[in-house]
Amino acid sequence: MARMKFVCDAERCIECNGCVTACKNENEVPWGVNRRRVVTLNDGVPGEKSISVACMHCSDAPCMAVCPVQCFYRTEEGVVLHDKDVCIGCGYCSYACPFGAPQFPAQGTFGARGKMDKCTFCAGGPEANGSQAEFEKYGRNRLAEGKLPACAEMCSTKALLAGDGDVVADIFRTRVVHRGKGAEVWGWGTAYGSQQAGKPTNGNGVKQ
Amino acid sequence: MKRAAVFATALLGAVALLTACGEKPQTNAEGVKHDAAPWSGTSNGTQKDGGGTAFTAPGWKPGDKAAWEAQLKTRAQGQNEYVRTQ
Repeated sequence: MARMKFVCDAERCIECNGCVTACKNENEVPWGVNRRRVVTLNDGVPGEKSISVACMHCSDAPCMAVCPVQCFYRTEEGVVLHDKDVCIGCGYCSYACPFGAPQFPAQGTFGARGKMDKCTFCAGGPEANGSQAEFEKYGRNRLAEGKLPACAEMCSTKALLAGDGDVVADIFRTRVVHRGKGAEVWGWGTAYGSQQAGKPTNGNGVKQ
Repeated sequence: MKRAAVFATALLGAVALLTACGEKPQTNAEGVKHDAAPWSGTSNGTQKDGGGTAFTAPGWKPGDKAAWEAQLKTRAQGQNEYVRTQ
């Protein structure tokens, strides 16, 4: 059985916010609600790292544990979804979530808190797959169309990977093995200089 | 006659007061809806090859779980440039 997961490669993320834009466009998320966002550590400092964050569809989801009306459920594919008809907008899930995934649309003069909204892994919600009701409440259901989440498919550097946990882990592992680490990373020597820079490689792609 | 009127009034009052007790149960079992499996495809519209919509990715048939899993596995490899460039 597949278990859908996101992986974000901090070595590749260029903070373009393409994933954020793709998510907002695909799901027509209202102003003030960001299902996905890019977080940058040490912003402006050489060596800064960025990572795209949304609901991680936890295997042991804290939001699900604290919800007083138990509006959350997990699909057979491991996607954590919730029922907006049951949600009371109390905000407990936002305090419990370590990733800041739950969002609350604020409307009116005093910003009355609406029902929780979060990343659905582009899997819609409990309404009929692909229905207008599902789209209006939860956004697009790309999984039922045989597609992966728009954010990952849109990612220009393929820093954000989405899919079955085993598959994305294999992709990431292959990538790390190929590119190496630290000064072994392709282009490092060209950009920053190294003893191996500009020297021919042996048959295995390793600098001599 | 007077006793009947009092009885009828009391009955109506009791009905009015107990109306609040007739609300629907609010337990979770009644509330949460569960999702249809994604491999069942999107319900609105039909595609020429039998199922899905114009937005449904080609290469699999809605309703076939194995085909859907294979489709997602294939599509996920589109994120792996080491496969795409070989």
